[in-house]
Amino acid sequence: MITSFDDLLPLLPLLIVTATSVAAMLMIGIRRSYIATGTITITGLLAATLVAVSMMDWTNQQVTPLLIIDQYSLLFTVVVCAAAMILAVLSFPYFFELDDQKEEYFLLLSVATIGAIVMVSSNHFVSTVLGLETLSMSLYGMIAYPLHSAKAAKFPLEASVKYLILSAAASGFMLFGMALIYAQTGTLSFASVTELPVAGLGDGYTIVALLMVVSGMAFKLSLAPFHMWTPDVYEGAPLPATAYLATIGKAAMFVVLLRFVRISDALSLDSMLTIFTLLAAASMLAGNLLALLQDNLKRILAYSSIAHMGYLLLALIAGHYVTGTIAVESITFYLIAYVIMSLGAFGVASVISSSEKEFDSIKEYRGLFWRNPLLATTFIAMLLSLAGIPLTIGFIGKFYIFLSGVEAGLWMLLAVLVLGSGIGLYYYLRIVYRMLMPEKHTLPYRIGGVEGVSSYAVLAILLFLLLMFGVYPAPIMSIVATASAFI
Amino acid sequence: MILLILISILFFGGVLAWLSEGLDSRFPRVVALAAVVIDLLVMMALVGADAEGSAWIVQLNAQWIPRFGISFHLAADGLSVLMMVLTAFLGAIAIGAAWDEITERTGFFYFNLLWTLAGVIGVFTALDLFLFFFFWEVMLIPMYFIIAIWGHENKNYAAMKFFIFTQVTGMLMLISILALAYFHYIQFGWFSFDYFDLLKVSTSSAIEMWIMLGFFVAFSTKLPSFPFHSWLPDAHSQAPTAGSVILAGVLLKTGAYGLIRFAVPLFPQASMEFAPVAMTLAVISILYCAKVAFAQTDIKRLIAYTSVSHMGFVMLGIYAWNEQALQGAVMTMLAHGLSAAALFMLAGGLQHRIHTRDMDHMGGFWAKVPRLSFVALFFSIAALGMPGLGNFVGEFLALLGAFKASIGLTVAAAFGLIFASVYSLWVIQKVFHGAYRNTDFDDAHLHDLSRREMFYFGAMMIGLIWMGMYPQSFLDLSSTTLNNLLSETGQLLFVQGGEL
Repeated sequence: MITSFDDLLPLLPLLIVTATSVAAMLMIGIRRSYIATGTITITGLLAATLVAVSMMDWTNQQVTPLLIIDQYSLLFTVVVCAAAMILAVLSFPYFFELDDQKEEYFLLLSVATIGAIVMVSSNHFVSTVLGLETLSMSLYGMIAYPLHSAKAAKFPLEASVKYLILSAAASGFMLFGMALIYAQTGTLSFASVTELPVAGLGDGYTIVALLMVVSGMAFKLSLAPFHMWTPDVYEGAPLPATAYLATIGKAAMFVVLLRFVRISDALSLDSMLTIFTLLAAASMLAGNLLALLQDNLKRILAYSSIAHMGYLLLALIAGHYVTGTIAVESITFYLIAYVIMSLGAFGVASVISSSEKEFDSIKEYRGLFWRNPLLATTFIAMLLSLAGIPLTIGFIGKFYIFLSGVEAGLWMLLAVLVLGSGIGLYYYLRIVYRMLMPEKHTLPYRIGGVEGVSSYAVLAILLFLLLMFGVYPAPIMSIVATASAFI
Repeated sequence: MILLILISILFFGGVLAWLSEGLDSRFPRVVALAAVVIDLLVMMALVGADAEGSAWIVQLNAQWIPRFGISFHLAADGLSVLMMVLTAFLGAIAIGAAWDEITERTGFFYFNLLWTLAGVIGVFTALDLFLFFFFWEVMLIPMYFIIAIWGHENKNYAAMKFFIFTQVTGMLMLISILALAYFHYIQFGWFSFDYFDLLKVSTSSAIEMWIMLGFFVAFSTKLPSFPFHSWLPDAHSQAPTAGSVILAGVLLKTGAYGLIRFAVPLFPQASMEFAPVAMTLAVISILYCAKVAFAQTDIKRLIAYTSVSHMGFVMLGIYAWNEQALQGAVMTMLAHGLSAAALFMLAGGLQHRIHTRDMDHMGGFWAKVPRLSFVALFFSIAALGMPGLGNFVGEFLALLGAFKASIGLTVAAAFGLIFASVYSLWVIQKVFHGAYRNTDFDDAHLHDLSRREMFYFGAMMIGLIWMGMYPQSFLDLSSTTLNNLLSETGQLLFVQGGEL
């Protein structure tokens, strides 16, 4: 197949981000300047977002057998690029006083975004692996980033090595499953799985292959019981890297899982259905129960992300039973809401932290509401949104998930969802309560780093989106509805 | 439009109150009071208004989320108007209670108070089930803040319990709402969350029962009814006085309102089948919680348990589902709103003065604070159901209506009146009669009711006497609504082939 210029035009956002990373690299080579590299990265990501937005209405094309650029993948390209841009803005003040080379962080961030964009547009095993590994490799670097600095905030090397080894093992499983599928079908596209029940082999072969692939994906999504790495890696990594992992890392992987499950029709096998149900129930329960005992904000958010992935999996299972796009809409909306909420929550923490001292213990947030009301209000809004309280976008997301569950008749999983959400309320409210308590000490917030006006602006935008779409979600709902028709 | 204005005045009044703290810490309470009084005056227009033909005095319907047929549908009829007036009236009383008591972060306090009231007015007027659920949850957050920031010694536990109980049962109600909307979709082909559309949904009786239970659990937790009542004593005793007034006087009534407006009319067949269970739970609430109230030493916990007991009469009346029983339930809601609010204000006033709620430390206060004691006696008499005051009318009508539904349960419930007398007079005896003892607290601040406080209590006393002596004025307002509901459910049962 001869690819012409017209075939590659839909890849424009991807090309822009690639150009950004090359430009950043050149900038580092020519003249090291933290501000310049940061600006290049942020501008490039902004440009990619805007281009993707403008492309959304008229692009629907399979570019090479590897990538499908349709409205759905462009929607998530927008989400990924916008989130990466926000993270770049939030990382800027965080690493400002790192006593090590700082500029490469932005390089890693843009390369990771390349991986994420490839992942959200992939409907082929090769592009999945390419995108996944690009994303993961960059994340290893981002997680370990402050390790040379004399005053490293947490334990980045441990977190990064843990993530590296476990991630490699998970990728190994995934590749083995892909190889099993390839051995029988001869092609690596997602659709090939539908040809799998090959005469003479029976369902067992398909189930094993799918199980391998799904377990690799479940690791990345930190679904229970593949979740053990999540709290330690989240805690050890610097806050902006944790935020990247929690938002874009999860969102990109879930889009891959969604595409894979829908195109390959994996849920038509009863055993796969059972496995997914168990994964969902285990994640919802384990994530919420384990978070009850934590006092570290990052660990709490880590465990709660396990639970949120469980909620998403419920909608994925519902998609098997319900005709129409409601399940895909639910997943899409909830992922967008989840990205906004997590960015906000991690953003607040990273605004007051720096690479020298991270404020991630709940005790340190005591009385924040009286010392810095705007920041605390943002944080409270994000936490209540994660808990699914109305007026926030998190509630509309939960509403979607409940609706999918009800339409599909998944009563047991809905009961687990209610139970999990109820448990979740406790640890979210605990943090809110801490912030409302009268302040006892006057330790300055932020030791090191700089006060970033842009960070506050970004947080304000996130808060605005959260509340606006919590009260009037119709615009986003229509975008999500039209995009979901493409899967 | 007028309904939107009512809610908006409270929302913006709250924001204004919070901002005005910057100017002077005494401004927020004035702003808050002004907002609530303006609302009350606007509501008077609705009270006098005439419904042209239909039961609905005023309606507002606007598109909100067309994808799911969710609209911003507010409407008021006689019942809603009564509840709204109660809300605004008690809001003013609560601000009066908080006038001197809340001295820290006053702006934020009045912000939360007004937003709770706005949420409650939304609950009483929402006719789109999604909007109803929205306001149901919105009521919770500011109330959580009120308890968590300005509460007493165990506020964290109480606030958390209150929130989790209401939120989890609220999620069960959400599942029921979604199931109902989904069945509407299956039956008619389009999504709708509108009350009038969902009234037409008919499903098999087993499904109807399950969906009804989702609503029932949420409303009976709010009411509260045994066995979901255990959040109430903690929340009430730990909340600041103004918070208790709003909780007892207003928030509990939203549960009852939900049962009357939604739980029974949407599922008439299932409700009729479930009525014996519900009425039994109501009777258990009445008797058991009266007994537990008698065992308390914390005066606020005692009054909290008596609230549960009185709301048992409301539930009894609702599930008897005939005209007198429903009228009785509505009258009890109104009268209990006033009497419980007053009792909580007294308990809170005592706590503010002597810094203890323990009745074992109190005794013989009549000598020291005669006006306060007289007011306490008046409202205790009201609470125990003395004829001539509003509570008697409500409880009497409820029992009269319940007698037609179940003689045995009514007889058992009537014993509740005796228990009510026991605990009410017990409080008076313990706290106000006998020898004056001040050994366990500092009585330097134990002064009598000020003129402002007498004004508030006087207003509530007049309200209760009016309800007791001339209840017809209140019954007239709600009768159209209740008769419509009764005839609608009669029709629905006829359509579904059931028996009333």
